Amino acid sequence: MKNNNTYTISIYSENNVGLLNRISAIFLKRHINIESFSTSPSEIKNVFRFVIIVELEEEKVKKLIQQIEKQVDVIKAYYHTDEETIFQESALFKVQSRSLFEERHIQNVIKDSHANIVVVTPEFFVIEKTGFREETEKLRKDLAPFGLLQFVRSGRISVTKSKMGISDILNTFKKDN
Amino acid sequence: MKTTKNKISDNPTEGIKISGAEAVIRCLLAEGVDLIYGYPGGAIMPIYDELYKFQDELQHVLTRHEQGATHAAQGFARTSGKVGVAMATSGPGATNLVTGIADAQIDSTPMVCITGQVASHLLGSDAFQETDIIGISTPVTKWNCQITKASEIPSVMAKAFYIARSGRPGPVLIDITKDAQFDTFYFSYEKCTGIRSYKPVPEIEPTSIIEAAEAINNAKKPFIIWGQGVILGNAEQEFKDFVEKSGIPAAWTILGLSALPTAHPLNVGMVGMHGNYGPNMLTNECDLLIAIGMRFDDRVTGDLNTYAKQAKVIHFEIDSAELNKNVEADIPVMGSCKDSLAAILSLIKNKNHEKWINRFDEYMKIEVEKVIDKDLNPTKEGLTMGEAIMAINKYTKGDAVIVTDVGQHQMVTCRYAEFVRSKSNVTSGGLGTMGFALPAAIGAKMGAPDREVVAVIGDGGYQMTIQELGTIFQTQTAVKIVVLNNDFLGMVRQWQQLFFEKRYASTEMVNPDFVAIAKGYYLDAKKVDKREDLDAAVAEMIASDKPYFLEICVEKEANVFPMIPTGASVSEIRLT
Repeated sequence: MKNNNTYTISIYSENNVGLLNRISAIFLKRHINIESFSTSPSEIKNVFRFVIIVELEEEKVKKLIQQIEKQVDVIKAYYHTDEETIFQESALFKVQSRSLFEERHIQNVIKDSHANIVVVTPEFFVIEKTGFREETEKLRKDLAPFGLLQFVRSGRISVTKSKMGISDILNTFKKDN
Repeated sequence: MKTTKNKISDNPTEGIKISGAEAVIRCLLAEGVDLIYGYPGGAIMPIYDELYKFQDELQHVLTRHEQGATHAAQGFARTSGKVGVAMATSGPGATNLVTGIADAQIDSTPMVCITGQVASHLLGSDAFQETDIIGISTPVTKWNCQITKASEIPSVMAKAFYIARSGRPGPVLIDITKDAQFDTFYFSYEKCTGIRSYKPVPEIEPTSIIEAAEAINNAKKPFIIWGQGVILGNAEQEFKDFVEKSGIPAAWTILGLSALPTAHPLNVGMVGMHGNYGPNMLTNECDLLIAIGMRFDDRVTGDLNTYAKQAKVIHFEIDSAELNKNVEADIPVMGSCKDSLAAILSLIKNKNHEKWINRFDEYMKIEVEKVIDKDLNPTKEGLTMGEAIMAINKYTKGDAVIVTDVGQHQMVTCRYAEFVRSKSNVTSGGLGTMGFALPAAIGAKMGAPDREVVAVIGDGGYQMTIQELGTIFQTQTAVKIVVLNNDFLGMVRQWQQLFFEKRYASTEMVNPDFVAIAKGYYLDAKKVDKREDLDAAVAEMIASDKPYFLEICVEKEANVFPMIPTGASVSEIRLT
């Protein structure tokens, strides 16, 4: 496992049932673990975007990209290093409400972390924090003593510093057909 | 009974609703399909009902197992160049297609499979004969799609055929729920001409052509390895022109076989595990390796760390995912090789690499002495597989379609069979599917009805799909079936002998009376085990205009050489 790096794979695709399975099968076939995965609409109407994080050698990422791009429903796939992307993760923390009143320190923790309180009920409150892994992780550690009822963190979402050029690809297709 | 008038498909569909099932048939007809292979069952009965109505226009061949339907469709595709079509019901019908689909995927065979599925309201309920065939087939299809509404049928079918045949061809599976087959809708069909997310053929980079031409013109010891891309791209003529003008010796991968006639002076033989001595040895001596429509499979390259390291590599390739996958290309030439070879022709010089070609001849002399002579002119009593193939060559004049299964007989046949024209070698290359040959031969014959089709099969693989004798009998498809019987799973036994100290674990076969079985299907059948009877038996088989079965009993424990042991370098090829 030497020379492994974190790579962000961005896939622009059609939104077809079964494509998720097709993409994950490419990783499965090569015994490659997916560190994180998220999917959403992209900036282009009717085009979906996958963001997949892997820890791999660059040589293997390149080949993964080739296999992903080979899929009929994939418009384009890219890979980037952390330096080439701007990325964030979101985390939600569910804490007992009485901690908020009984443990004065928790308010400082929330304030220092620049987290938002999303909801407060008599039983629990929910904090949201978006940021780097270290930041959500620090908050998790800081909140742990107060009794975390639930904790969840999203997969990484990321945009690249460079241009993607998906519209150009789609426009070229339109011109040719 | 065929009628030319009053075809049902001539009846207009405008303004009236038709069923999804009828739409499927009309889509097939619109794609030029007149022959499909399949097996009926509950979830696909509405389509079969329409097949009954359209039987004068669309022939359905009932195989004896769904796997047979896929292999027959593959055989048909390989000899005809058209898309093969296989059909099956849901559940076990669909899962039985999977081996053939995987075979078509790895060997780039254009095929459309249509499966019935339980009604859409039952999806996910573990209904009778429900299986997630979309999930199961995803890793082994080029594309697949489930249809739950009749109105989706025309556009999905059009896409299926376009995807299956374009670019690097491959299998597509369409799963149609039973309610979508019953539902009615206003039908219209438009062929698919492009998909925005899919670029089947990369554009040729003009600089790549110039760079490749320059490297070819400057090379002292250039060597061509061609694969099935030449055949799939209909580039045989362009390839031949390229080889002849450049004067470069050319060797084939197993799937490239027959694209250039065997007797062509620049055809130097096969590369790979059981390929010829010279092409393998000289792979590690050439200064320029020109790979055309091939994908550097591990059975071709052996150990990659010692593969052609001294050579500059030019890779003519249509599939971008193959570029630098196994072997780094110094000069990639992306595109269809029909176009790229045509483009490069005017830039390359007329050359004659006589001295370099002599090297291949020298190695061939050694191979003849150490291997080929023993195979073809044996002095021992038992018949060899090589002799059997030579007899087939003699009576078919090298102009037959040769279908092979997987194992020793496959390697021997591909080594010794002679070919004078393309699309004549049908075999399971990448997947190595035992049981491929008998059903593939049915399709091969139907795809090239005017040609002699000889299936050469081992006694092991033959028994994996032996029930397709029933299909041959029912359709009276005049295939010639040769079983080379050594009462062993020969290739595995060879490995056990060489690498597992002769521990013959489960490789000995106690075989039935094959002639009696063939006769049970009312086929003409014969068995031969003596050298003096071989020629006459093969002659009789070839002379027959009916399906014919010939069992040839061969030496039990013969080995196929040359051989590159797994993981060894191509230059470590063994002659004994």
